[in-house]
Amino acid sequence: MAGQTPDMVTLKIPRPLYERVQQLIEGTGFRSVTEFATYVLRDLAAQPALEKRPARKKAPARMTAAELKAARQRLRELGYL
Amino acid sequence: MPQVSLNQRELADLEMIASGAMSPLEGFMTEAEYRGAVDSMRLPSGVVWSIPVVLSAKTKEQERLKPGVEVALLDEAGNALAVMEVSDRYGVSQEYEAQMVLRTTDEGHPGVQYLRSISSVYLGGNIHLIRHPEHRDFLRYRLAPKETRVLFAARGWNRVAAFQTRNPIHRAHEYLQKCALEITDGILIHPLVGETKADDIPADVRMRCYEELIERYYPRERVVLSVFPAAMRYAGPREAIFHAVVRKNYGCTHFIVGRDHAGVGDYYGTYDAQTIFGEFDPQDIDITPLFFDHAFYCTRCGNMASTKTCPHGKDDHVFLSGTKVRQMLSEGELPPAEFTRPEVAAVLAESATKGGGA
Repeated sequence: MAGQTPDMVTLKIPRPLYERVQQLIEGTGFRSVTEFATYVLRDLAAQPALEKRPARKKAPARMTAAELKAARQRLRELGYL
Repeated sequence: MPQVSLNQRELADLEMIASGAMSPLEGFMTEAEYRGAVDSMRLPSGVVWSIPVVLSAKTKEQERLKPGVEVALLDEAGNALAVMEVSDRYGVSQEYEAQMVLRTTDEGHPGVQYLRSISSVYLGGNIHLIRHPEHRDFLRYRLAPKETRVLFAARGWNRVAAFQTRNPIHRAHEYLQKCALEITDGILIHPLVGETKADDIPADVRMRCYEELIERYYPRERVVLSVFPAAMRYAGPREAIFHAVVRKNYGCTHFIVGRDHAGVGDYYGTYDAQTIFGEFDPQDIDITPLFFDHAFYCTRCGNMASTKTCPHGKDDHVFLSGTKVRQMLSEGELPPAEFTRPEVAAVLAESATKGGGA
């Protein structure tokens, strides 16, 4: 898509997709697939919804050393460890 | 301080909220949380949550409780277990809740019966635990989420599958669990021991079946048997989502969903509890569901199989309905070993002679 320069990087997409996008942008004012992809990605990246997406995993509440010790002790007493 | 006595389901919910099993909930649902769960299966934060977790007002007097008031939450013996700061008091349409969550308003459904039995005014707000609910059973199997997480880490398990059923364990369940074990580091067998229908198999019988089975047929170092204190909602697909997402809090990465998970009667399609997962982005569910078809012993294959892996017909499959198993046991007959391990059958037979069913 874009040549490798200090300010630009190359993205690889499947060729059938590239060719399909080429067809799609005909007559739309976009001069290249690169220009179209940059426009779409910039638009997507600017959406606040993406940033507000629920965290993938709620980090478990951090246990204190005392809680950890107590949990291990109980697990040992119950025969799990 | 005003007081609210909790019923069995609310008591189980309180315990799970307090232990972190229902994280991110920190109390009984506010109106916004309730509406989100009922209408779109999400909390206002966007977190997937498919089941209402609510506290019903018990008397007309309690219906006058206003936001900002602190109430003591009592168990059935009158012990104060927690203080809740009421932030919301809201009326709901239980007809709508039933239709959305249970997919029916039929009075034959136990979840609908429950809704009919409680007030349509709910109280929401964060809770502050004073003491844990008292238990006299399964004491050695009661592990909080933080304890299972410590346990899995200590055993070096990164991929942990959770399994739950409210039914006695037969060979088909064992097959599912062992298939899951093939692709994970360990399995959390997590039978539900909260309130169930009167005609479900008692939890103590189910636990004895698990003990027998694990002792003889499972690699002990790769299995954890613990109890899941939730009450059954019989909400089928929606409850399957709930059962899966709360297992993340226990440290699990995979959740087994068999046929008619959390179903009752013929209210849900056989695989509705699996297809509902397709309504969510897997990243939002964030636990991998393991879907299994109907499993059985095939006499021609000579092994356990499912409709996905066996080409033979029903005549070659050893499968018994719950009704048939109960009938056999009541007549002193044991189910065949291809269907139920003899040790499990013996536990069920003993229970049946004492009137515990199978």
